[in-house]
Amino acid sequence: MKIPISWLKDFIDLDGLSVEDIARKLTLAGMEVDEILYVGLPMPIYKDGEKHEFKTNGIGWDREKIVVAEVREVKPHPNADKLTLLDLYDGEKDQVVLTGAPNIFHLKGAGKLDQPLKVAYAKEGATLYDGHADGQVLMTLKRAKIRGVDSYSMVCSEKELGITEESDGIILLDDDAPTGMPLADYMGDAVLDISILPNMGRVANVVGVARELAALLGRELKAQSPEAAAQPATLNLQPVNELVEIEITNPELNPRFTFGLIRDVEIKASPYEIQRRLKLAGMRPISNIVDATNYAMLELGQPLHAFDYDVLSARAGGKKIKITTRAAKDGEKISTLDGAERTLTASNVLVGDAQGALALAGVMGGLESEVTDQTKNILLEGAAWNFINVRKTARQHNLPSEASFRFSRGVHPALADQGVKLGLRYIAEWANGKIAAGFVDEYPLKPKDAVVRISTRDVKRSLGIDLTLEQISEALARLEFKCEIVEDELQVTAPNHRLDIGEGVVGVADVLEEIARSYGYDNIPTSSLADALPPQLGNPVHEWEEHLRDLLVALGFQEIVSYRMTSVEKESRVVRCDDYVQLANPIAPEKSVLRRSLAASVLDALEKNVRNGESFSFFEIGPVFVPRKNELPDEPRKLALVMSGLREATAWDAKDSAQLDFFDMKGRLELLLSGLRLTNISYAASDSSHYLHPGKCAEIKIGEKIIGAFGELHPLVKEKYELSEAPVLAAEFDLATLRALNPTYGITPVSEFPPVYEDIAVVVDETVPAEKVEALIRQTGGRSVANVRLFDLYRDEKIGAGKKSLAYNLTYQAEKTLTDSDAAAIRNKIVKRLEKELGAKLRS
Amino acid sequence: MLDKLNQIEKEALESLQSVADAAALEAWRVANLGRSSPLMSVFSGLGKLSKEEKPVVGQAANQVKVKLEAEFESQAQAVKSAALAKSLAEEKLDVTLPGRAKFVGRLHPSTQQLRRVLSILAEMGFQVYTSREVETDEYNFQLLNFPPDHPARDMQDTFFIKTDVETDNPLLMRTHTSPGQIHAMRQFVATNPSDPPPIRIALPGMCFRYEQITARSEVQFNQVEGLAVGKNITFADLKGTIADFVRRMFGEGARLRFRASYFPFTEPSAEVDVECFVCGGKGCAVCKNSGWLEILGCGMVHPNVLTAGGYDPKIYSGFAWGMGPERQLMLRNKINDIRYFWGNDARFLEQF
Repeated sequence: MKIPISWLKDFIDLDGLSVEDIARKLTLAGMEVDEILYVGLPMPIYKDGEKHEFKTNGIGWDREKIVVAEVREVKPHPNADKLTLLDLYDGEKDQVVLTGAPNIFHLKGAGKLDQPLKVAYAKEGATLYDGHADGQVLMTLKRAKIRGVDSYSMVCSEKELGITEESDGIILLDDDAPTGMPLADYMGDAVLDISILPNMGRVANVVGVARELAALLGRELKAQSPEAAAQPATLNLQPVNELVEIEITNPELNPRFTFGLIRDVEIKASPYEIQRRLKLAGMRPISNIVDATNYAMLELGQPLHAFDYDVLSARAGGKKIKITTRAAKDGEKISTLDGAERTLTASNVLVGDAQGALALAGVMGGLESEVTDQTKNILLEGAAWNFINVRKTARQHNLPSEASFRFSRGVHPALADQGVKLGLRYIAEWANGKIAAGFVDEYPLKPKDAVVRISTRDVKRSLGIDLTLEQISEALARLEFKCEIVEDELQVTAPNHRLDIGEGVVGVADVLEEIARSYGYDNIPTSSLADALPPQLGNPVHEWEEHLRDLLVALGFQEIVSYRMTSVEKESRVVRCDDYVQLANPIAPEKSVLRRSLAASVLDALEKNVRNGESFSFFEIGPVFVPRKNELPDEPRKLALVMSGLREATAWDAKDSAQLDFFDMKGRLELLLSGLRLTNISYAASDSSHYLHPGKCAEIKIGEKIIGAFGELHPLVKEKYELSEAPVLAAEFDLATLRALNPTYGITPVSEFPPVYEDIAVVVDETVPAEKVEALIRQTGGRSVANVRLFDLYRDEKIGAGKKSLAYNLTYQAEKTLTDSDAAAIRNKIVKRLEKELGAKLRS
Repeated sequence: MLDKLNQIEKEALESLQSVADAAALEAWRVANLGRSSPLMSVFSGLGKLSKEEKPVVGQAANQVKVKLEAEFESQAQAVKSAALAKSLAEEKLDVTLPGRAKFVGRLHPSTQQLRRVLSILAEMGFQVYTSREVETDEYNFQLLNFPPDHPARDMQDTFFIKTDVETDNPLLMRTHTSPGQIHAMRQFVATNPSDPPPIRIALPGMCFRYEQITARSEVQFNQVEGLAVGKNITFADLKGTIADFVRRMFGEGARLRFRASYFPFTEPSAEVDVECFVCGGKGCAVCKNSGWLEILGCGMVHPNVLTAGGYDPKIYSGFAWGMGPERQLMLRNKINDIRYFWGNDARFLEQF
């Protein structure tokens, strides 16, 4: 909501406060000023190192160089058809000013004007926005010769003064603008752009902000403009309540509906000052009637709607007009003011007459009864609507409007008649209308007065401050709450512009917030929690996941985090599944379902990076989403890893590195599992994965339980990605499964006796898995064999076809110093066992 | 004989002058101090000398030997030093050549920031509590005092989940971690329904908002909330706790201010601004020239939320606050595009 300071000043004395002071007060009290736009008032100059407080923009007008002036005659330019020369008086001297403004061109050569035109006059050296540049570009007015005529000053447009971003022609001020007065004094302004919180709809208007400011500053809210009386000229005519009646079919949706009538309006432009304020507030001036409804709404917060009375009267066949507010019929149509025809549903509320729909309640008026240039008599509506219904309707028809913005935040029904009366007064002033006698007011559902009882103990318990009932009362009274001390409590009644104060404990919280705001959040002290410390339970699952992350980072994996939302197409490259958790309102087709595979996420990441580096190792930890019938989806947490590229980083003297392969991944996983203190791990060839190479894929088992799988990407799957030639290794684990395993926490004691190292090589059939050989060595050696490490795998004709040689580095260890013969004994035992059970032959 | 000794000494010392390496040194030692050296032959000839001559020559020969040995040692040192100096000079590297890289792993920046936040909170007694990402409207909104169609819902545009039947409690992607407040309260109440225990938890996790993906807005983001519930918790405690947290998070002397605000699930509510740590409050692009950075929202837990959680608002009170680790990182590291976080571009991730 954009609020010009000048408008605020109609309702509160702001003397002695800078624009920033005002903005700061409002911001801290919940009316955050996002930006201050200076439109004439002097901009603050921050010295080097001085602290800013607000985003500021705009232009200040030099009081000496930009003044109100009067144009007395518009003369032709001797050498240019499209330019004119103005005879102008700036309060001190006569000036000749050159202009090309189209909006006074018709006065060219008309001789001396009967009524001089009041304009904004900028003298040589004034700084303004360049009216011809795109956007807002500052420039300083310099002396020049244009088509042979000296030019040193100008009459300004709104763009040049920063009132609007674009403009057509020069500003024509109201006739009462005092010639010679600095323009900044006459209409210098600053606009506060205030964010309206959802519970503070009451401040979406000038009076609302002024009222808050009055409370915050401890100043008076100036009396609002008195309502204008019916004009004598109308007193002999039928009063409006004899001409119009209202039927409210559902008071829950329409608690109040009021009408006033004004006759014989002259439709024309509004006074310039009104137009200027509307523009600064972000609204486009249309005509004095429309402007009056908008201006009254911006000022008081009550949206108004102007009907052409004669159109309604004609629809009623000249009889008494009967306006009904009701739910729309499904499929009923209305053409709204924006020219669109809208098909309504039963949840929409409309204002209609016997002939049908006239307006979409609280959202937008209808085209047929709209005010036109021919309108003579106006029926002005002020009503109250259910805020939830208005919000739904505005969303349903995608019709955000100034009215629906306010109604959907709640407008107190007490404002309805005040709004109409204010609107009538402005129409009377600006369009010479004559207010008709009488007033139509249907008010079937008055909101209950919000009454809350609050004690000093409540304040102490919630806010932590000691206030007396008198102090509480004073803080609330400033916000127009009625307070009465009843026994040891304060009975508080909310003022009738507020709908946000509830009952019972909620009402107490609502009032506590008002006390805190009024007292000032800054004035509430800080304290440390003194309440009992809860039982310390920790979060073992979270802690375990963090440990897992640390292990993975230590193993050289970069953590990534992907979107939970993906597409079936993207995932189908690695997952065969058509059962997804689907979004009802996806933001884009590629984000239409929730992922089921974390492997898909890490592969996507690899694909994305592959051209930007020589080696990638990624991991991601997070949930996947499995739909369940009539239940929330399951969200099992997973770990996925991917590796591809060089094994080692290259350097200027180490140019080659092998590619990462299956055994790099396996080695990492072995370290990972040992880092998780898991033992009894085995690996089994597997061809059950959809996306992994059937010959380069293994399942990992702890005992008999499969805890995960890894391998090289299947060549056909790889084809679906844009990847390099390098093998791609992937692995995936279910974290609940992994976490459920019982790790061992013991260690193997480190011997103080020297180990004996020995290498043995055995030849076995190709079909014998290496794992089996190692297991047998360990089993046979028992505690004497501290470590078994395969250091060579060798195939050769000399060994024989279908055979392989496995060379192991063995570490013998005992709780004594082993002799050569001790070592030989262990070795012989192992070799014999290998020969017997695996048909192995010792290679010499 | 003494002359001869003088001669031996003189010649030996002269030849030692030109000894320049280890081999020559050894050769000199053999030639001048070895068994068959002239000096040694003087010793071995001592027996043949007269009784008078013997001690004189013997002493003189000994002096020569001591002298030559000392000179030898000193020359040996010199030769060694020269050789070391030479080899050191030869081994000199171009230290400006690049170092050898190693592929290393790192945590995602969001994880790093979450850890910073959570470790501070842990020390303040707030333990991690996590909950699901797909929620019901009831938990995400209704129990948190967002009635259906309430304008406050405009603050949190929502992704809904497709279901077979329409219901007034649709499934959705949680828009904040606050549903965890209800889960946690109900869980704690269940442990002792007659006298529910106090709560101090931190709720981290991914949240989702229906927003166009731009440099400034994302469809998913992490949030961390803190929640304290007890019989003796005030707005002043909230201010003190936030001030402690901000001091730890943003440094000693980080000025902050509490602005009145609105969240459906807290009342009174506030937003907290910290003085811009990029410009120190002088105004810069990061704080949009305002001098302040909005870093968290907070407030006293709304009575309706306490009730929904099973805590009687007449007995219990509490506060909650929420903040965004990605936003903190963006401010701290001048990241101008939020899309980097889930873009998974290693060139971004490697910078953390």
